[in-house]
Amino acid sequence: MAEADIAAALRTFLPEDCVLSREEERRPYECDALTVFRQLPALVVLPRTEQQLHQVLLTCSRLGVPVVARGAGTGLSGGSTPHAQGVLLSCARLNRILEIDPHARIARLEPGVPNLRVSEAAAAHGLYYAPDPSSQVACSIGGNVAENSGGVHCLKYGLTVHNVLGVRGYTMEGDLLELGGRAQDGPGLDLLALTIGSEGLLMIVTEVTVKLIPRPPCAQLVMASFADVHSAATAVAAVIAAGIIPAALEMMDRQATAAVEPFARAGYDLTAAAILLVESDGTPEEVADQVREIEQVLRTAGASTLRVSGSEAERLRWWSGRKNAFPAAGRLSPDYYCMDGTIPRRHVGEVLQAIERMEARYALRCMNVFHAGDGNLHPVILFDANDPDSWERAERFGAQILELCVQLGGTITGEHGVGVEKLNSMCVQFSPAERAAFAAVKEAFDPAGLLNPGKVIPTLARCAEYGRMRVHHGALPHADLPRF
Amino acid sequence: MSATADAALAELRERVSAAHRTRQGLRLRGSGTKDFYGEGLAGEVLELRAHRGIVDYEPSELVITARCGTSLSEIEAALAAHGQFLAFEPPAFGADPSIGGVIAAGLSGPRRVYAGAARDFVLGTRLLTGDGEMLRFGGQVMKNVAGFDVSRLLCGSLGILGVITEVSLKVLPRPRAEQTLRLELPAAAAVESFNRWSTLGMPISGGAWWQGSAWLRLSGAPPAVRSARERIGGEAIDAASAQAWWDALRHCQLPLFDSRVIWRLSLPGAAPPLSLPGEPLIDWGGALRWYADPADDADVRTLAGAAGGTALCWRGPAPAGRFHPLPPALARLHRRLKERFDPHGIFNPGRLLAGV
Repeated sequence: MAEADIAAALRTFLPEDCVLSREEERRPYECDALTVFRQLPALVVLPRTEQQLHQVLLTCSRLGVPVVARGAGTGLSGGSTPHAQGVLLSCARLNRILEIDPHARIARLEPGVPNLRVSEAAAAHGLYYAPDPSSQVACSIGGNVAENSGGVHCLKYGLTVHNVLGVRGYTMEGDLLELGGRAQDGPGLDLLALTIGSEGLLMIVTEVTVKLIPRPPCAQLVMASFADVHSAATAVAAVIAAGIIPAALEMMDRQATAAVEPFARAGYDLTAAAILLVESDGTPEEVADQVREIEQVLRTAGASTLRVSGSEAERLRWWSGRKNAFPAAGRLSPDYYCMDGTIPRRHVGEVLQAIERMEARYALRCMNVFHAGDGNLHPVILFDANDPDSWERAERFGAQILELCVQLGGTITGEHGVGVEKLNSMCVQFSPAERAAFAAVKEAFDPAGLLNPGKVIPTLARCAEYGRMRVHHGALPHADLPRF
Repeated sequence: MSATADAALAELRERVSAAHRTRQGLRLRGSGTKDFYGEGLAGEVLELRAHRGIVDYEPSELVITARCGTSLSEIEAALAAHGQFLAFEPPAFGADPSIGGVIAAGLSGPRRVYAGAARDFVLGTRLLTGDGEMLRFGGQVMKNVAGFDVSRLLCGSLGILGVITEVSLKVLPRPRAEQTLRLELPAAAAVESFNRWSTLGMPISGGAWWQGSAWLRLSGAPPAVRSARERIGGEAIDAASAQAWWDALRHCQLPLFDSRVIWRLSLPGAAPPLSLPGEPLIDWGGALRWYADPADDADVRTLAGAAGGTALCWRGPAPAGRFHPLPPALARLHRRLKERFDPHGIFNPGRLLAGV
């Protein structure tokens, strides 16, 4: 169907400024935060109300036009990469906080509300919304639901799926779905859990009800240095084995601290092979007890230096380095590619060593900044997008890390999603029958296959092709790696 | 996999494939402790108890993986040996359910509002489908967003999508300290108090009201439990009596459960007690309100709906169905999912929803 005809159909009920058709207006929507994947959409639509959004879906469904939803565009896997013949549906203008109920400890939000704004609005009541992805200043609640976003505090407070009580929204066919809600135990299948993290393939959410929790009165950060990466990894397991669930348990290797320190001036120990950041929160007495215990476990696990934040300013300064790791990568290299595999904690040390060997193999540098407590790795591969060979090596480097994660009983994505980026890796993690089950779920919600088509679930043909390619590049996939 | 488990699984696959060929309905059964639960039992019994055993448990990973027939008591004993537990406290109803049944039913205990429900702790599953395929979803890691979250979809599915043959669950360290308090309060004031206390950052892990008393459980670091206890006041209950009370609540063994008709309501946490005859048992931390022998079934559903919740007929005649009716669009999605996962409709037909 011609773009002009789709635009005309949408303009019968949408104001002029809600439909963008000129190329220069559509250009800003061609990619999300994974900028290597770009595609200009046929049209961009920005509804202001739930009713308009519903009409957009009914119209596109009738005309057979694909729809790709987009929140703030901060996604890291190309999940909102537009469709060339489709409508890019931006939820940015549906950005009202509909309700904050401090007594019931819930917030009801439109999907375009930025994550951090929820906590800001709840702060007056001593409450906040726990999931805190690094992009929380910008990323939207609707996008968080689509990706099941995490953050540095999900070890203790859970992911989006643990903090969303209900969603309201529409299927591509225009059916209204209300899943979950303030009453926690509804009849039937748990479609709320299924929808969270479904990357915009099943429904479009127009309202999200989230859980708010009391802001802990006190937080302290312990920073520990280790002479080698392996003992830092062992220390992570030791903390958990001691029965401690810290509020955050993060690790940075030397490449990462060296990249960050010159401009974040966080005060990291640059002589350490790796540092751990371990946070404790709660009442002052509780935190004092737990910090003492954490220090003891880390010392026994071989920490060479230990420091405890003495003030809120110091705690935030130590965090600032961690939170600015990705911009720091941008200063070291023209481009960087952030991976997101998760592995059982006990394999963290082995995987970091394997990544070090891969750096030599692909002649690219990689720094590691990650959620060690969750076993969620974020290797950041530095490359140059202007050099096609460099990007090709970065892509293969990343895919090899993910395959290693799968081999060790982990997963190709802990919190960034599959999008278009990890379609090939899906062929490695899942069997054809498992991928068929995903396709079956998709068909149940969207029989015409118009909602965010081509994402998350690779076709059989694609997996067959990828299988041939892997054999082509080396007789066995990564034959140079020791087997675990 | 051990040879016995291998053999048990092979036999299961054979039974399922045969049923698939002959369109024979199968009634999945672990320990049979929840035969009363659901819209009704149909099909030939498929015993799952033989496929049992803990596959993997590494305390520092906070994950346990077990085959479906493993008993809850075996899992809880293994965890207790390392100071860990299943924080969703699944009800056992005075018997010993299998972990497959626990997850298929998806029922949670009195810690739910604070720690999470059964589905919040499901990390991965293996599923045996109608055509004999073994599928694996999720895994043994805390964070996993590869593909749709089918594992959590299976939690509470009552077996209608296939046989859950194995589950991986997140476990947590047992709280260092625990203290139960009892306060004499009317029901409405208790609900108001549970909500208010929950906004204050105290380490609450259970709140219930029964026969004029509010029960509050505090769990966590000793200093936090101590200061919350001082702040709230009330009567401090000794550990053994407290354990007995919370166990009776969790496993549905209070005297109310001897009633002829029992309704299980899920209401918003802030909803005041309903104007029904008879006093409820309010398991506020479990997000449940129980009513015994109310006058009229229709009243219960209407009142629950008006309060923003749903009502499940736990015991007694249920001509309109045990579960709260689903809106048409949701029922349609259930039928479509069922058709795709179990095209011949052999697994637990009609147990979750009539005709599905």
